Amino acid sequence: MQKMNESVTVSESVKQELFMKKHHMHHQQVSLMRLLLLVFFLIVWEFSANTGLIDSFFFSSPSQVLILLWEMCLDYSIFGHAGITLFETLLSFFLVFIISLITATLLWYSPKLSEILEPYLVMLNSLPKSALAPLFIVWLGTGTTTIIVAGISVAVFGSIISFYTAFTQCDNEKITLIYTLGGRKTDVFRKVVLPSSVPLLLSTTKVNIGLALVGVIIGEFLAARRGLGYLIIYGSQVFQLNLVILNILLLCLIAMGLYKGIQIIEHSIRKKMHL
Amino acid sequence: MSTDYMLQLQNISYSYHTLHGETHVLQNLSFGVKDGEFVAVVGPSGCGKSTLLSIISGLLAPESGTIIVNNPDGSIHYPKVGYMLQRDHLFEWRSIYKNVILGLEINDMLTQERKDYVNRLLEDYDLYNFRDKRPSELSGGMKQRAALIRTLALDPQLLLLDEPFSALDYQTRLSVSADICKLIRRTGKTVLLITHDLSEAISLADRIVVLTKRPATVKCEMDIHLTLADDSPLAARNAPEFAGYFNKLWEEMRNAENE
Repeated sequence: MQKMNESVTVSESVKQELFMKKHHMHHQQVSLMRLLLLVFFLIVWEFSANTGLIDSFFFSSPSQVLILLWEMCLDYSIFGHAGITLFETLLSFFLVFIISLITATLLWYSPKLSEILEPYLVMLNSLPKSALAPLFIVWLGTGTTTIIVAGISVAVFGSIISFYTAFTQCDNEKITLIYTLGGRKTDVFRKVVLPSSVPLLLSTTKVNIGLALVGVIIGEFLAARRGLGYLIIYGSQVFQLNLVILNILLLCLIAMGLYKGIQIIEHSIRKKMHL
Repeated sequence: MSTDYMLQLQNISYSYHTLHGETHVLQNLSFGVKDGEFVAVVGPSGCGKSTLLSIISGLLAPESGTIIVNNPDGSIHYPKVGYMLQRDHLFEWRSIYKNVILGLEINDMLTQERKDYVNRLLEDYDLYNFRDKRPSELSGGMKQRAALIRTLALDPQLLLLDEPFSALDYQTRLSVSADICKLIRRTGKTVLLITHDLSEAISLADRIVVLTKRPATVKCEMDIHLTLADDSPLAARNAPEFAGYFNKLWEEMRNAENE
């Protein structure tokens, strides 16, 4: 009997090992294929540009982009431009979070206020925010303020609606529980509504970081002398497509980096709260 | 009416209002609870039992009628009420310990004395070793016990239990109700239990109040005296009087539903 038990555990652990191996291999394959896809794309791009299959004046080429990047690194100009875009995006994102949290909290405290404001919020959320950008320039001039306001305007209305929805989805019986323990509305908010909304707040926040970047780039297109959005517009006006494509690629990296950053924060909060 | 009631409801009426109209839930409902007594309230489903508890706990105000308070020490302040809901509603983002001190936290009562009391309760209920665990790591019976400790932590004089065992499977239910019964008897607290389980009501309560269907009023009251081998609900189910009470209660409930 003892022996049989042993053999069972052994065969189980072998199977477990096999499963782990398979899982590991799957991940390796996915990573490898991702990398290969990128390399393949770059090779085809470079090859087509060099052989004249595409016009490198319009389509640039990986080598030209790399050379330009190197030059801009040497005179440090790229760091200034990328830095300002990153700074504006993070500041917009942070302000969106604060404004949404405060507004959604007020709406939760006053159902009447939320009912009154609902159609306006829905309208402002659906409005293409780029339509507002010229107005911001007239009101606020060209500069960082305008760009940050543009960044906020893209994300903030949807964010308020999502935060408020998260607050209202809280289990009514859990709210009753707080009242049975002698709590008041503030306790309901602090002890139940806010903590139980954390997963939805986090997923909204993940969307917001991308939207803030969109808003900042719109702002930089129209009202900036610095930043990646400015470089893209400038490059297209002087027909330096290398510059345009380099900055688009840098934007890709920034977008991915920001998303990953938020994901790490989200993960640690979830782990801490056991969600 | 006699004055030995700690809490006396007189002609309590309550209606819910919606756009579709008015629903009378309670109508001229009167009964009392004595200090240290264990009273069970039974009635047809949907007859407004939970509304009744909400009114006694002060979450809802009755539309008409009065509640007279007459504490054993002669004071007339409203007794501290502990209200235990049907489901445990323990928060997953808090440990068991953090969950049971929720009421203390809300009422700013986190003194060392209270913390010691809570720890003693956790020990009494075999939950002390689970104080740092999350609710999802506990069994249904353990969660219900934790929810009871959360209610008892505030040291209420009157304990309202709204079908607290209904979410548990039958076996757990018997042992948990035995546990809870034992502890409550020990503390001498006054208890009002709502249940739809007649045998549970007979085995736990000193007195049973039967309500009519909606709008609910008191149909009858029944004192329970069981000859017990020991003080457990299982023993109560084997008491010679049990079957008699059960049949009588069953008959009253059928009348209540058909009226």
